[in-house]
Amino acid sequence: MKNKDKPPELQPFFDKNIAGDVVPSIGISMPRIDAYAKVTGRERYAADYYGFDMIWAGVKRAGIPHARLKSVNTQAAENLPGVIAVLTHKNISGSNRQGVIRKDQPVLVDDKVRHCGDAVALVLAEDKETLAKAIKLTSADFEPLPGVFTTETALEENAPLVHEDHPGGNVLLKASLEIGSVQSAKEHCDVLVEACFETPLVEHAYLETEAGWAQLKEDGKLEIVASTQTPFRDRMEVADALGLEPERIRMIAPYAGGAFGGKDGVTVQSLLGLAALHANGRPVKMWWSREESFIAGTKRHAARMYYRLGAKADGSLHSLDTRLYFDTGPYDHLGGVVITLALEHSGGPYRIPNVSFKGWAVYTNNPIGGAFRGFGVAQVTAAMEQMMDMLAEKLAMDPLKLRLKNAVRKGDKNCVGVTLTHSTGLVECLEAVARHPLWTERAAWKSKAGPFKRRGAGIVALMHASGYGPVVPDVANAKVELTAEGKIKVYCGVVDMGQGNAATNLQIAGSILCQNVDRIELILPDTDRTLPSGSASASRCTYTFGNALIGACETLKLRILQRAADLLMVDDCDETALIPGAVRHLPTGREIPLHRLATFMNESERTATQRFRAPTAKEIPPVGNEIRLHGFPHTLFSYGAHLVRVEVNELTGVVDVKRYLSVSDCGKIINPHVYEQQIQGAIAQGIGYALSEEVQVNEGKVLTADLATFIIPAASDVPEIESQPVEIYEPSGPYGLKGVGEIATNGPLPAIANAVADACGVRIFRSPLTPSRVLRALRERLSEGGVH
Amino acid sequence: MKIRFVLNGETTELDVPGDRRVVDVLREDVGLTGAKESCGSGDCGACTILVDGESRLSCLMLAAQLQGRRITTIEGLGSEAQLHPIQSAFTQYGAVQCGFCIPGMVLATADLLKRNPSPSREQIRRGLGGNLCRCTGYQKIVDAVQAAASRSADHEKPLRDDK
Repeated sequence: MKNKDKPPELQPFFDKNIAGDVVPSIGISMPRIDAYAKVTGRERYAADYYGFDMIWAGVKRAGIPHARLKSVNTQAAENLPGVIAVLTHKNISGSNRQGVIRKDQPVLVDDKVRHCGDAVALVLAEDKETLAKAIKLTSADFEPLPGVFTTETALEENAPLVHEDHPGGNVLLKASLEIGSVQSAKEHCDVLVEACFETPLVEHAYLETEAGWAQLKEDGKLEIVASTQTPFRDRMEVADALGLEPERIRMIAPYAGGAFGGKDGVTVQSLLGLAALHANGRPVKMWWSREESFIAGTKRHAARMYYRLGAKADGSLHSLDTRLYFDTGPYDHLGGVVITLALEHSGGPYRIPNVSFKGWAVYTNNPIGGAFRGFGVAQVTAAMEQMMDMLAEKLAMDPLKLRLKNAVRKGDKNCVGVTLTHSTGLVECLEAVARHPLWTERAAWKSKAGPFKRRGAGIVALMHASGYGPVVPDVANAKVELTAEGKIKVYCGVVDMGQGNAATNLQIAGSILCQNVDRIELILPDTDRTLPSGSASASRCTYTFGNALIGACETLKLRILQRAADLLMVDDCDETALIPGAVRHLPTGREIPLHRLATFMNESERTATQRFRAPTAKEIPPVGNEIRLHGFPHTLFSYGAHLVRVEVNELTGVVDVKRYLSVSDCGKIINPHVYEQQIQGAIAQGIGYALSEEVQVNEGKVLTADLATFIIPAASDVPEIESQPVEIYEPSGPYGLKGVGEIATNGPLPAIANAVADACGVRIFRSPLTPSRVLRALRERLSEGGVH
Repeated sequence: MKIRFVLNGETTELDVPGDRRVVDVLREDVGLTGAKESCGSGDCGACTILVDGESRLSCLMLAAQLQGRRITTIEGLGSEAQLHPIQSAFTQYGAVQCGFCIPGMVLATADLLKRNPSPSREQIRRGLGGNLCRCTGYQKIVDAVQAAASRSADHEKPLRDDK
């Protein structure tokens, strides 16, 4: 045991291997249906697609952060036996541009290299070994350009421009919001705290690196299998970039081997599509190495954040002034949306009457900043929640009471001017932490730290929006079918990258249609078979798709019961009920098997679809249309409160995370196991963000391009985590649920920083809190003559 | 070179370059994609296989090293119809999310439980230290390993590490 605390009690062991005869219910911990194929190694991820006569495709990366491309030398590689083709931008007949909002990223560089990971040439070869040789033999002539590698230098006058054609220069997007008056408010504040926080560039480090497989079919259809969060959007992007009709492209998205935002958008897709167009109908595989994933994949934005927070003597928050600088790298990807969500969350879940928020997403020649679980909120929460502790210290107030005093409640306006009309359970979360022994008994625990050890406890309050915001429709289209064989097919439009929504879909359909697991088949996202339902992101998957699926299942259920009533010659379908494999007439006990019933129904009758659009905020806070287009503001939020206990080694600077408590308001829970998985996994990622994860970059070059130098938590780096839900019913959610995918990622960094400050009296404004940074801070404190 | 070894209980003979990585032999030549490649440098454990019952990284092994060995991949441990107790515990205790680390994690667990049939939670965490998971936060994996261990102890039968 890590300490003397007891492990959580194990639940009773189910002896049954596959609970196929179970009819799902809502609210129970059902084993995930996807776990069986995954645990036996039989699940086929995008990385597992091979096939007869398959070709390998790979990319020549620029390796230089900023340069004009003069020419690509393909001849030497083309002459190598086993090389099928070496393609450049000249082989692309479409726009050669990708991007979700601003289409600024080339598939293959044509004019300019903007970061080291840019793709210069695409090589097709018979095998991996030849491919590696051919990539080495491919070279390019560059005219190097001065680069910009920090947001400060990028914003200087006369800074080299990453995109000469962008009207904003190196500012991809500036977002700002003013409510009340920060200037005059300062005079009315009794206490002011001020600080600047820096958070690092972070890699997703999903276990399955970017991978895919493609083939040009005989009928001219381009089939692309990819590890992606966004198959429907990918199809449009690939079509535009390569100059194809979208109908010609079929995107298939198997279970992804982790994604966390890093597969929210095109990675291998356009490259594979291009390769398949030049492969004479042979299948083509691309699978980025770990190093390539580090160099070319997107990252969590590095951020520098200036905060000034003012309060009254009684602790009520009065004003907040923030300036956020996010390094978005060379391409928009989702950088504008990230800075907008960061801005919306920069004041945390508090009532603050006067705010001035400004945020800049800044182009640089560093790796691409993009979507990563937390999506800008992880950064600003790190800042705001440390500000709250600094304020509490200055006010000599309990940090938990300070948060409770200012916490938003249902009906309040949050600090960006949105009235909270949905369930708002922050107070309940904070109160649960306040009651917990890990909090109430912390003083005794701290006093028992051994020699050269210091112990501390830290808390944070959290909020996280779900969905796309007011302009881009947050829509899902569910489809469910009674097959001719009498089984149920659920057509899932949203990718399952590990979060468990596919299994949840089965749970919902099985519960409504009263069919056991064996009678239900899931069809995973496929642009030819399933309906567009948006991205697997934004804590929206089960909220948005689940609502649509409930509607589709209810429609199908009614249709089945009505047709069964007709066949049984009874007047009222209320007298019939679905049971596994059949419909039963309850008064007489007569039954009609579903496979027989299905023969009386044609295909369109056996299929039901339902669209659902997530609610949006109806208020129009004082921001420009551009910011609204980027997703501001939201109406639906999940809430949480975290508590962490740490032990700091004064000799080594190592921060040992001893215990973790998470209390969340994510609405009602459909499957407690899946809920806990999301909370525990997010906290582990957050602990890595707090203590060890930092992609180090020098002049645009990644220095930490492997898992030996970019350190993600292993099993012994993560403590026992207690995850309590406060199950407040959210009327707009499926069975009262709200999103749970992201919120817990945002907690550990500020919670641990607050706990370290509590333990040692030092605050470290630059994360991660590595042993060397902690040690330096402890020494500085000693040399300042601090109490020791 | 010709290589003869036992793969998931069956004698197998392959003619492959001796310096070909075992993970490539398994995935590309034999078609067993259960061993995942994630880092290619021995940092993550996703490609774990059992060699004579002990966990090894197939991305760091060359084909010639297979000669005369008993190899168990995840495909040889159990099937969906007949899960190995460790696999069963992983499904029942919610240890699986994206699942890409899971084949390696399950095989590393088989090795761990053979060496230590009733490990403490801390011993499990240390014992699986070479297998990274980015989804679960490990807690439910530790739950599952503990359950598999106690189940195996209850039934007083050793866990099969291969056929």
